[in-house]
Amino acid sequence: MTIVGTSGLILNEKLLFEHSDPGRKGYSLPKLDVPAAELPAELCREEISGFPELSEVDVVRHFTRLSTWNYGVDSGFYPLGSCTMKYNPKVNEVAARIPGLAFIHPSTPSHLAQGSLELMYRLQVALAEISGFAKVTLQPAAGAQGELAGMLVIRAWHEARGSKRTKVLIPDTAHGTNPATASLTGYDVVPIASDGILTLEEVEAHMNDDVAALMVTNPNTLGLFETNIEAICKLVHERGGMVYCDGANLNALMGIARPGDMGIDVMHFNLHKTFSTPHGGGGPGSGPVGVTEELTPYLPGPGVEYDGENYCIEATRADSIGRMMAFHGNVGIMVRAYAYIRSMGGDGLKHASEMAVLNANYVRARLEGVYDLPFTSRSLHEVVFSDKDLEGDCHTLDVAKRLIDYGYHPPTIYFPLVVKGAIMIEPTETESQEVLDEFCDAMIAIAGEARDNPALLHQAPVRSRIRRLDETTAARKPKLKWEKGA
Amino acid sequence: MRYIPHTAGDVTQMLERIGVATLKDLFVEVPESVRLKRPLDLQESASETELLREFKTLAAVNATSETHKSFLGGGAYNHFIPAVIDQLISRSEFYTAYTPYQPEISQGTLQAVFEFQTLICQLTGMDAANASMYDGASACAEAVLMAMRLTRRKRVLLSKALNPRYRAVVATYCRYLNLELVDVAIADDGRTDLTDLAAKLDDSIAAVVAGYPNYLGVIEDVAALAEQAHGAGAKLVTAVAEPVALGLLKSPGELGADIVVGDGQSFGLPLAFGGPYVGFFAVRQKDVRGMPGRLVGETTDLEGQRGFVLTLATREQHIRREKATSNICSNQGLCALMVTIFMSLLGKQGLREMAEQNLAKAAYARQQLSAIKGFSLVFDGASFNEFVVRSEEPVAEVLTRLEGAGILAGIPLGEEYPELADCFLVCVTEQNQREEIDALVAALQGGAA
Repeated sequence: MTIVGTSGLILNEKLLFEHSDPGRKGYSLPKLDVPAAELPAELCREEISGFPELSEVDVVRHFTRLSTWNYGVDSGFYPLGSCTMKYNPKVNEVAARIPGLAFIHPSTPSHLAQGSLELMYRLQVALAEISGFAKVTLQPAAGAQGELAGMLVIRAWHEARGSKRTKVLIPDTAHGTNPATASLTGYDVVPIASDGILTLEEVEAHMNDDVAALMVTNPNTLGLFETNIEAICKLVHERGGMVYCDGANLNALMGIARPGDMGIDVMHFNLHKTFSTPHGGGGPGSGPVGVTEELTPYLPGPGVEYDGENYCIEATRADSIGRMMAFHGNVGIMVRAYAYIRSMGGDGLKHASEMAVLNANYVRARLEGVYDLPFTSRSLHEVVFSDKDLEGDCHTLDVAKRLIDYGYHPPTIYFPLVVKGAIMIEPTETESQEVLDEFCDAMIAIAGEARDNPALLHQAPVRSRIRRLDETTAARKPKLKWEKGA
Repeated sequence: MRYIPHTAGDVTQMLERIGVATLKDLFVEVPESVRLKRPLDLQESASETELLREFKTLAAVNATSETHKSFLGGGAYNHFIPAVIDQLISRSEFYTAYTPYQPEISQGTLQAVFEFQTLICQLTGMDAANASMYDGASACAEAVLMAMRLTRRKRVLLSKALNPRYRAVVATYCRYLNLELVDVAIADDGRTDLTDLAAKLDDSIAAVVAGYPNYLGVIEDVAALAEQAHGAGAKLVTAVAEPVALGLLKSPGELGADIVVGDGQSFGLPLAFGGPYVGFFAVRQKDVRGMPGRLVGETTDLEGQRGFVLTLATREQHIRREKATSNICSNQGLCALMVTIFMSLLGKQGLREMAEQNLAKAAYARQQLSAIKGFSLVFDGASFNEFVVRSEEPVAEVLTRLEGAGILAGIPLGEEYPELADCFLVCVTEQNQREEIDALVAALQGGAA
């Protein structure tokens, strides 16, 4: 077996502030070509205490060294479940940096911003086609903000009809953002149990005149298709509710099936998952939202319109829930996502979903029997194992940390909450059979180590720059910034 | 497809190992009734060359600070971007990494966020800052929600001089939370009207929210706002859309703000038609556990080495679900890194020098513009790099006329402020050379003559 993990020369690096030396400069500004001006003294601050003073070389070396302590998709396999850590194409980065797209001010009059507006409009249309919705807004900055926009749209629809419903149904497999969003929309959350997938009976038991919406994820976070989705949507609609879909897992379905065709009313996309834009160490993402025709009046505004000749920022709509962001959302991310869609084409997107599902099922086939598989119906883009069968008092966390020694980013762990000790693996389509084989070999070897030499797991990781961290003290006595002399 | 490595042989082998005959068999759980029975109706795939040609064609029709002399501000600013920033964030260990949930292999991101939090605290004069929000407007909305939680009160006073886009996003976030948003008038000098504020403040008010500088470019009296807000037991939220100003101005923390939010776009982020930008969010020590968003804290590893982790996660959605302080998950991590690199390069002296240049250029432009017949300045409160100009010639005509001269002269104010329908907002930064300002003045003069 090839172990890709190794330990090379890893350089230490202080904090920026510890490098600082008074008088050092890392910038250059043009000479002031107008007379200097002054503000009234009472408005002005003293020098910014603690602010660093560094040369350009100091800064470059500092951040370059920090980067070597990270693990990215370009470093290796990143099987984080429900995060769709696929390869981030380089041409997308080049496209987003084209000066005409990178340096245009958001308040530029529409007739001087036709390029950006056309690109956004084309992306809206492409996303609507991929998802089967009537209309898409690009404004939300990330999945969670898309959820908020979508749930506000649903609430606005209810309010417009004089409906005062107060509850939202959320399956126990949902991402934490779903219940948090429902609260932010002023709804009470009713958790509902699923047995791998949602049953019509379970939804029926909770669906009453006080329920505004059901929030589902399809495929859900177990990687399973919600096979009852049509009947569930029909039931929710009959009883006066709406169905929201968390689109985090759309990577399983492109060109295969469309949420808009299943009866779902609203869905957000994660451009930073399905559409290959980089995750950036935590963002920026982009969370467009698609809705059915009936809900279009309530979409956040303003959006981009096309009158057959020109593209424009639409006028304020009376029924719109309003603005989610100061400007048009994370346009730079939209440029990357549209570049991806153009590179792939319709067939390419379908191929991506097929290969993503193939990869997940391949990993499942190789690891089944070694790790416990709590749900056995056919997986789509991801597969969830548990640590139930692990020996040597080893748990999911130990497997995750040991994977680091083997050179992999660990899968998503302890989620979804319905699986005790969950290990959630989403390989995505951009990984080859060889990579999957090497990863599976490592997973199998780790299960063996748990049996034969559990200390290897308990101590892991040992090859990383630092070892396991004391998270308890970090939370108990939070130290959230550097302080001089502290 | 170059992003997908599978050969036909791989696919066959893998299907065999899985134990199914065809790819279609992998999708048996997707009911036939919801399957898409036609190909997606999208343009056929473009090669790299075709793609870039297409995007460059789109880009070519946009007006930017490279094609026009631009005086557009209003919450997004044309500033100097050091070359270092793009070079460093293009290291894919940064931009292709996920949220740092596995600290042992994410120390680069984590230490950089810790440095970002520190720099934001130093800049704003506050005790603790989070790892970033989506933008200044959504950060402002989250600040209002936090103030509501802290005070358990349900009404919020928003200065009319707060960026209208921030005001709009606050309204969206509060839409169904039984919160009442009340406007506070603008005084003659362009600052928030303290008399109107005093009249509206009582023990039902959770927060007072004002910009610093405000949307009209005027520098608010933050100390007076804080004093009044605190007198009624309300929180003062200060929103900084143009953080370059903090290179010169007293920090909101020093002046008594309880929550300081803003947008870091000015610190090294391209305008990019509105995003991605980055919100910052800073609070007092006592309120840390009530704040939204991710936090990075310092700790040690098993061997006693310094390291950093995500901490106080019990506030967050993945742990607390419906009881979380916010639903935010992804933030603007890479943008926060850009801001961190920018502040590291500019440092103590650079930020001040840049702020002084903005102040001087805007003062020069103000003075020149006010001397033109048919144009006048509207507010006499001290300003930083933006100011409001009143025009005898209809604003739309002025702006169109100047576009013809290759100048984006400013942002019309009439839509947001009907009483300022004859006014536009001009922004001058260190990027505007004196010749550009002189050209703006000459072009405006040309019409009046």
